[in-house]
Order: sequence, then C-alpha cells, then structure tokens
Amino acid sequence: MRPITLIRNARHWRTGERVDLGFREGLIVEDPGTREAGSVIEAGGLLVAPGLVDLHAHLREPGDSVKETIATGTRAAAAGGFTSVCCMPNTQPVLDAAVQVEWVRERAAAVGYCRVHPIGAVTMGQNGEQLAPAMALRNAGAVALSDDGRPVVKAAIMRRALEYARHAGLPIVCHEEDPTLKGEGVMNEGFMATRLGLRGSPNVAESVMVRRDVELAALTGGRVHLAHLSCAESLEALRDAKRRGLAVTGETCPHYWTLTDAAVGEYDTNARMNPPLRSAADRDAIIAALADGTLDCCATDHAPHTADEKRAPFDQAPDGIVGLETALALTLTYLVKPGHLTLQRALELWTDGPRRIFGLRPVRLEPGDPADLVLIDPDAGWTVDPERFHSKGRNTPFAGWRLTGRALATVCGGRLTHVDPAVHVARARRDAAAAPSTG
Amino acid sequence: MKIAQASPAPDLASPGARAGLVSSPAPGDGVPHHDLPLHRDPRHLLGLEGLGRAEILALLDAAETCRARLRAGGMPFDDLRGVTVLLGFFEDSTRTRVSFELAARHLGATVTTLTTAGSAISKGESLYDTVQNVRAMGVDLVVVRHMASGAPYFLARHLDVGVINAGDGRHEHPTQGLLDLMTLRDAWQGRFEGRRLALVGDIAHSRVARSALFGLRALGASVTIVGPRTLLPAGVEGLGCTLAATVEEAMEGADAVMALRLQRERMDGGLLPSLGEFARVWGLTPERVRLMNRDAVVLHPGPMNRGVEVTAEVADSERSVILDQVQNGVALRCAVLARCAAARPVRGFGRSAGRPGGEAA
Repeated sequence: MRPITLIRNARHWRTGERVDLGFREGLIVEDPGTREAGSVIEAGGLLVAPGLVDLHAHLREPGDSVKETIATGTRAAAAGGFTSVCCMPNTQPVLDAAVQVEWVRERAAAVGYCRVHPIGAVTMGQNGEQLAPAMALRNAGAVALSDDGRPVVKAAIMRRALEYARHAGLPIVCHEEDPTLKGEGVMNEGFMATRLGLRGSPNVAESVMVRRDVELAALTGGRVHLAHLSCAESLEALRDAKRRGLAVTGETCPHYWTLTDAAVGEYDTNARMNPPLRSAADRDAIIAALADGTLDCCATDHAPHTADEKRAPFDQAPDGIVGLETALALTLTYLVKPGHLTLQRALELWTDGPRRIFGLRPVRLEPGDPADLVLIDPDAGWTVDPERFHSKGRNTPFAGWRLTGRALATVCGGRLTHVDPAVHVARARRDAAAAPSTG
Repeated sequence: MKIAQASPAPDLASPGARAGLVSSPAPGDGVPHHDLPLHRDPRHLLGLEGLGRAEILALLDAAETCRARLRAGGMPFDDLRGVTVLLGFFEDSTRTRVSFELAARHLGATVTTLTTAGSAISKGESLYDTVQNVRAMGVDLVVVRHMASGAPYFLARHLDVGVINAGDGRHEHPTQGLLDLMTLRDAWQGRFEGRRLALVGDIAHSRVARSALFGLRALGASVTIVGPRTLLPAGVEGLGCTLAATVEEAMEGADAVMALRLQRERMDGGLLPSLGEFARVWGLTPERVRLMNRDAVVLHPGPMNRGVEVTAEVADSERSVILDQVQNGVALRCAVLARCAAARPVRGFGRSAGRPGGEAA
C-alpha cells in the first residue's frame, strides 16, 4: 500500500472535466505539484470518483475467520473500489461491547485495506431481549446499531432501542423479517418454490416488519435504516414514511436488481440468500425505487461462506453471497447501461448516499477531503471468475457473467490499496535537493 | 479456415474506445436458469418435469413388459447382473424401499441399503462426504429418498453415477408418478387425451402431486386440484392445473381422483382446524365418487388415513385401484432401474455399459 502523491489525467465523475489530484498526509491538497516521495498514477482518462462505501458487509471476524477475515474482506473491498466498509456485528462474539468494537477497529488499522466502521449490536448477543450499551459502542467507534442476521422480534424492544439510540445519535439498521411469516422458508414464496418443492417466505414477512418499524420511528423519533430491501411492498412502506417526513432510509443490494427467484434453477445454493431473490415484478420495483430516489443507497450484504457449507442440499445451506467484488460492475451493467440511472446517480448510491446516512466524513474530491477515491473504467468488459476473488468466499451466483465496468485503482487515505496491472503507476522522480529527509 | 482475431489489448488512454465491445446482457443472461440439464441426463430419473411424452410412454411400455415377465416368474433375471445399486433412504419409507429392493433383486443386481439410523449421517457426516464414500465403493446406481427437496440433484451433481429419485422432500416422487400413470393407463384403456384427474387434499406438502401433475400434462390429460387454501402452494396454477373451489366441482365429470395423504402434523402448524373438518369438507365419500364419470377410478399413494382422506367404503370399493398401484410399483421400478443402468457410463474392470439393461424395454 504505497503512498500516492498525484493522480494525473483523470476525468471528474460529476463534471467530466480532466483533473489532476494531489495528496498529502491522507488528504487531497490544493496544489497537485507536490514533490514529496511517492507514486504518480497516470489515469489516462479514467473516471475518478469518491471511494465507494458499503454500509452492510459481513467481515466474519472475530470468530469465523474460516469464512473471511478483516484482511481478506477489506482486500476484496479495495478490489471492488471501496474505501469504507461498515461491518455487521453478528460475529463470535457479537459486537455488543466497546472492547469488541475497538478490537475490530484496531485489527482493521493493522491489516485492513480500507476504513472499517463497525456496527454495534442492538441487543446483547443479538438475543432481542436486553439492550446493548449504545453510548459505549458509539464512543468505541460504532457508526450504527443492528442485530442484522436476525430481526428484533419484539416490538417493545425495538421501541426502546430506538428511543435509547437517540442518545448516541446512531441509526438502527433493521433486518426486517417476521419469523412466524417466514416460517421455515428458504426461498421466495411463489411459483418457483412450488415447482421445486421448497418452503417459501412471502414478501409480507419483510414488509409487515418494515411497516412496524416505520411506525416506531414515528413514535420515537429514532432513525431507522432499512437493510437489504427486496420487495415492492417494502418500498411502498418506505415511500409512505418519506411522505410523512420520518427519519427512515433504505438500501437494496445488487442481487435484487439483477436476479429473480428463477436463479435458484436446479437448487443452486449460490442463489440462496436472506431476504430471498423475489419475482420479476419485485426486481422492477427495486429498479424504479432506485431511479425515483425512494431508496437512499446500495449495499452489498457481502456474506462469505466456505465451499463446504454451500455444498449441501438447498434447504441445509447457509444464506448469503459475496458482493464486494461485483457490486460496482453490477451497478454499471444493469442500472447505468440500460439507462435506468445516470452514472452520477448510480455512483451517489455507493458514495454520498451511504456517507450521509451513517454520518461519515464527506468526500467531494476537494482540498481537505480524505484522499479516498477510486479510478473506474466504466466500459471495461470482464468475466466474473470467483477463483480470482480476493475474498475467501467464492459463493456468488454471478460466476461466468460478462460484466461492464471495473475499479482499476483504489486509493484510501492517500495509499494505493488496489491497482489493476493495466494501470501505470510511476515512482515519482525523487529530486535529491528537494526531497525531505523523512517521509 | 478462418480464425477469429483476438481483440487488441485494452487501451487505457481511451476507455471510450472500447464502449460497445461488450453487449449488455439481460438479467439472467449467461446462466441458463430455466434449463434442467440434470433432469435431461438419461442416467438419472430426478423428476417427471421436463420428460417428454415419448419418454414417459417408453417407460410405461417397459414397465408393462416387466410386469408380464414378473407374472410369468423365473426371477431373478440377469438384466442387471454386475450392477450395484445403493438404496439410500435418509427418510423413513417402507413400501418404496421394499419395492425398489425387490425390483433390483428381480433383475439380478447387487443391492445394498443405507438408512439414516446407524449410518455415518447420524454421526454428523455431511451428505457430501457420505456420497463421496459411496462413490469410492463403486456403486453404479443410487436410489435416494431424502427429506430435503432437491437432495437427488445434489447427488447427481457431485457423483458420476446414476441417481433415481425415490422421493425428495415435497418436490417430486417420479416413480410413484409413473406407477400412477401406469395404473391410469390400465383404467383408461390406454388413452390419456381428454381425460381429467382430480387431485384432492394437501398439495403443498405432496411430492406425489407434483409428479402426477407433470406426468399427466406431458401425456395430454388435464388436472384439477382442490384442497384447503392453507395447503395449496403459491402460484400452483403455474404448474399447469386448474383450481376448483369445492371438491364436488373438482370431481364432477372427472375420470379419476387421487386423494393425497394428510399428515397429522399439519394440525400443529395452524394449517387445519381438525381431521374431522377435513374429512367432512374434502374427504372422498361414496356420494362424491358418484359425481365422477362411470368408469372413473380412485387412487391414493398411501399410506392411507381411512376415514380422513377416503372413507373405508370408497377405499374398499371396486372403483379403488389402490392395490393395483402397489403391484405396479415393482414392475415400474424394474423398468426405471433398467433404463438408468443402460445409460450409465462404463465403469470399473471389465464392466460393460452394453449389458442388456435396456432389454426389458
């Protein structure tokens, strides 16, 4: 991760103008003509944008390093163009105490390839019963609270959690799922599940909980962020909440705008996730809600599992797919290329959108901003090969897909965290007379 | 001969120059989701979905030949001599297991049985490891019954042996479906076109229902389903059947009726108020049977709850072909084993794929 002092000849993601960007001590500086030791990237007309942010990733550490580690997960993030990842607390142990949050941050600072912002648990052990110490978690660096992986089943607990989280000023990220309506469902309820003889989980298992938490946001004034929305009914509920001016935001994931439950095919466990892939009508509703601004941001729900775990009969396999290394390309290929979203709007969903929701420091590519950015070739064609992933997880339904658009270099805090071999990085000419004696 | 030119190396200085090189795929492109590649492999019988009319009729013809040979006696035959069949029953079953075992032995196969109790599975071994071990032992055909829908697909994907689905979860039970077709062909004098079957009861949990439905549709018959709304799966009309509001409407003018087994556990999940209510509203009574055509028959895949799905009077009536179904089971399974054995690749020492496995046909 060598320091970068200059990016030459990039194209600004908003204006399209040719820009040079200089960096010093992790920040963007006014005068790009720096002479400090470092490397220069010849961008050759590549798009430069703020580094992507993933509000919703499972880095699996501590406890499940066989699936992923902070090192491998953040390396995958850097390869996908991300400079910040918010990691979910459903680890072992659960991130429900300051010491756990601190451990993740220290570990990330030591071995990570991007900024890692931990999300603390809503309840102790994510058991849905006893509130976790929101203030201590925030002071340790948590940027949000969530029991993701499972819902907060009891409405009264969610109410108290939203009230208490106001002290910490943190949003609660809601994994919406009514366990009684979901039952033992392993995929979307509908024709595909019926045909395959698999138990289905209906859209309303998600949307009734969305409705509940919208009402609780109204009651408490707490901030609700709806995780991985998958169906039309939930989007309607989010629209209603916004109409009422409530502090409710929502995200969706690339698999919900690219795939439907037909992807399960002949029991492909890489098409098993929670919430499940829905119908074509739901997929279209997701795209419409991204276009009309109902959805505030995208997230990956990156959920690595081992090959052994996924190599099981469908209803015994774990939920989840990896997403960090395909997110950008799935956005450009399926939202921008068909014309649903402009390139700028699509990138906002991965940059300004998530930064605003979690109160992360803005990156506008202006002097004084963090030097967190990505160089993108929006036209690069490539084929998804899970064997080449940096993530330990190979569980993706997109293997073999031909996609368009790719992050070719990622800079985080002024350091080069990922670079494609095709990008030319020149060691800056060290002017012996001008070079400082120390770096 | 023309050789396609490799595209030039990407020119980073002009990313726009490469725009349009890659065509925009529609969602789902690159992964043929609607394909059933495993289904179509003749080594396997994973389900009746996707099987064509000719394929099904060939199997039924073969089963009739087998039935005649079995009636004439002289077992065991040597159709499957040298073929090793593993019966992997990871869920309780009596009639299907016995039926497959008899069929395999009648054809001269070496048969071994693996059940959940006492097997490595109960010691925590994964299904994947179990099947790897089985493969290492040199099995030719695996007959599998499993509580997980799709488990036979899992085996077919990870083993290079033939896999016969003997019932997977609530998905399919293709040999049951075929023997139902065999029974109906007898009852309907060989003609499926224009015939209609009423399927009554718990469709959601029934693998028998799906197989019967796919099979009858392929042969040109139609299917009407009826049952409590709590036991009808979402989008079931998409399977190619029509929904009736009442059991009377479904049975009126039908050429056969199949009552599906009702599991007593369904009461616990809040799916049904009581067995008594089910029997009154959806049970096959003599009055309801009389609504069907004159030569219509009554089927039940068993095991039957007398007095619930079917009254004793109907079960024991001359309309009932329930025991014919059981009898046809052995012959039908002989035909299926022979078909899958004939299609298997050459394996092991001196074993020939050309063994007269298919001769029963």
